[in-house]
Amino acid sequence: MIALQDRKLALWNIGVAYIAFLIGTLCGLLQVFIRNDALQLPAWLDYYQILTAHGVLLALIFTTFFIFGFFITGMSKSLGSFGPKVRLFSWVGFWVTLLGTVMATAMIVAGEASVLYTFYAPLKASGFYYVGLALVIIGTWISSFALVGHYRVWRKNNKGQLSPLFAFMTITTIIMWIIACLGVVTTVLFQYIPWAFGWTDTIDVELSRTLFWFFGHPLVYFWLLPAYMAWYVIVPKILGVKVFSDSLARLSFVLFILFSIPVGFHHQLTEPGISNFWKFLQVVLTFMVIVPSLMTAFSMFATFEIAGRKNGGKGLFGWFTKLPWKDIRFTSIFIAMAFFIPGGAGGIINASFQLNEVVHNTLWIVGHFHITVGTPVAMTFMGLTFWLIPYLTGRKFTKSMKVLGLIQIITWSIGMLLMSTAQHLLGLLGAPRRTAYSSYNDHPAAMEWFDGILTNHVTMAIGGSILFVSAMILIYIVVMTMFLSPKAVEAKDVVDFPMAESDMSNTPKWLENWWIWIGLAVLLIVIAYAIPLSHMIQHAPPGSEGFKTW
Amino acid sequence: MHLHKYEKIWLVLGIASLIVFLSVVGVSAFSQDHTPAGGMETIDPKKVNETAPFDNPGVTQLDDDTYQATIVAMAFGYTAPELKVPVGKEVIFKVTSTDVVHSFTIDNTKVNMMVVPGRITTKSYTFEEPGTYLILCNEYCGTGHHMMYTEIEVYEE
Repeated sequence: MIALQDRKLALWNIGVAYIAFLIGTLCGLLQVFIRNDALQLPAWLDYYQILTAHGVLLALIFTTFFIFGFFITGMSKSLGSFGPKVRLFSWVGFWVTLLGTVMATAMIVAGEASVLYTFYAPLKASGFYYVGLALVIIGTWISSFALVGHYRVWRKNNKGQLSPLFAFMTITTIIMWIIACLGVVTTVLFQYIPWAFGWTDTIDVELSRTLFWFFGHPLVYFWLLPAYMAWYVIVPKILGVKVFSDSLARLSFVLFILFSIPVGFHHQLTEPGISNFWKFLQVVLTFMVIVPSLMTAFSMFATFEIAGRKNGGKGLFGWFTKLPWKDIRFTSIFIAMAFFIPGGAGGIINASFQLNEVVHNTLWIVGHFHITVGTPVAMTFMGLTFWLIPYLTGRKFTKSMKVLGLIQIITWSIGMLLMSTAQHLLGLLGAPRRTAYSSYNDHPAAMEWFDGILTNHVTMAIGGSILFVSAMILIYIVVMTMFLSPKAVEAKDVVDFPMAESDMSNTPKWLENWWIWIGLAVLLIVIAYAIPLSHMIQHAPPGSEGFKTW
Repeated sequence: MHLHKYEKIWLVLGIASLIVFLSVVGVSAFSQDHTPAGGMETIDPKKVNETAPFDNPGVTQLDDDTYQATIVAMAFGYTAPELKVPVGKEVIFKVTSTDVVHSFTIDNTKVNMMVVPGRITTKSYTFEEPGTYLILCNEYCGTGHHMMYTEIEVYEE
């Protein structure tokens, strides 16, 4: 059991995450019904306001707070209890992030920030919205530096040793995150805030988009890597085996530092201001992250096979049936991984130089989000929640909770499958994303999109409703395990943090020499960005004034 | 560092297919000119309506086989009187915005361009089938985003 004060810290982070989750999923439910024309919003509430809240609260706030709750628990578990300074800065980080969240949310509710979570200029939200978002990032930096400080203390006390796998992976994710945020912090501090408060008249739109996407793609790896950590470190323990290969796990993580950042142009393939050569170069770099993803897939299935055979599985695939399917901690994460197979393949399509034109900004992208962030990432976090909260509160994870957990995961899967399949297909037909439903004045081309068996608004609404029911079951589980379930008194009821053993005897020392990886990452970023970015600045058009079009 | 034999095979296959795939994409892009919309020209977003060719939006014939379609995007519509182009001829679309970011997306085609204020986006396309095509905005631009559309007519000569 980790120190009480560290548990408190983690629980507060997870608590805020689930408050954001509750509001965010409610916004999601409203959206499908508005698109279905089944619901009319009151005059003071607008579809795009709800859409902004849905994106910010689920994609940014739920994920971030949950990730830090997970990191804090795992770092305290693997490296020992936090010192007073680490604890203090973790709290400061938490409150700064929360303050930013409240500010940004208040602006959305006030109708001053219906700019969606990508806040593309020259849509001009209230300056306080951008300040709020900046505080969210700064808060995560403070929390990150606290964890780095904890890690440094451990390294000082354990000279010459490799750090535990969980700590190594946490630090990798944090390094990637801090470098990636430099882009968004630069544009928000130097472009958006002065412009939104009227200190400057205009903003360079293309530059702001490029700096945003410098951060925008690694952002998805900030969500994904903690899920990968669960797959590498937690899953083997649940299966009763060791980490498949310590050194390869570490290698795949450092490859993410290198290849998740210099790739933002693949979000900007269909826009002006970047020449084809530079777009293509970043497409190539984007595809490099397929390598660590393949390594992860291999490790996972190797782990499954080893575990299945250990349990008596015979033949080529017999081991598959011997996996602990009744254990919700495992099943949830397994299904999450399965969703990532089509999710990853869809990502390859999106980033492909010319194929992008077919799907760019269509509902396909929305479907893609929901089977990457909305399922592999979110559902892994759900799987973690089932033991993480009882572990932190010292409560039982009762039999009825286990059953509810299973129902929650199954409903989430079905809901996602229905909704995201409809979205993918509609996108291929040409239906755009980010629209309150409109038939373009009953244009025959638009009517055709929604004619299919799966491609109609009912499918999406059914999927969305099932998802909402699932989300409410999860909230119930969270509230129960956090406050109401009986305390675990007997040893057999105590929920543990399942951290697998990792054999480090063959792991090369250079993998933990961070300066190599930071240096290489900076080098790749300079290669990918220096020339097109300087061209963009030198040949900038006159800037844009702000517009409030909502 | 130890690599399992099967893992080596798996990674070699993966990396090899990556190389093949990227080569196909690259050759198609740079030797056959299949590149997405783009362009390096800039424009003053406040002076779009007085800057050529956007002072006179619409379709003009450049030569026997080439047409140019100039369009101004703004919240929440496109300025271009009657878009009519012949089937089978190259049409060069040039689009810019007077206010926020929009897109210019023609349903059922590969024309899918982001329209960024201060910049001119260009895409060349040849329609193979006559008909009336729906053009819509797929980048969020405000409360009227879902009502921003127009049409282009492709006629048989």
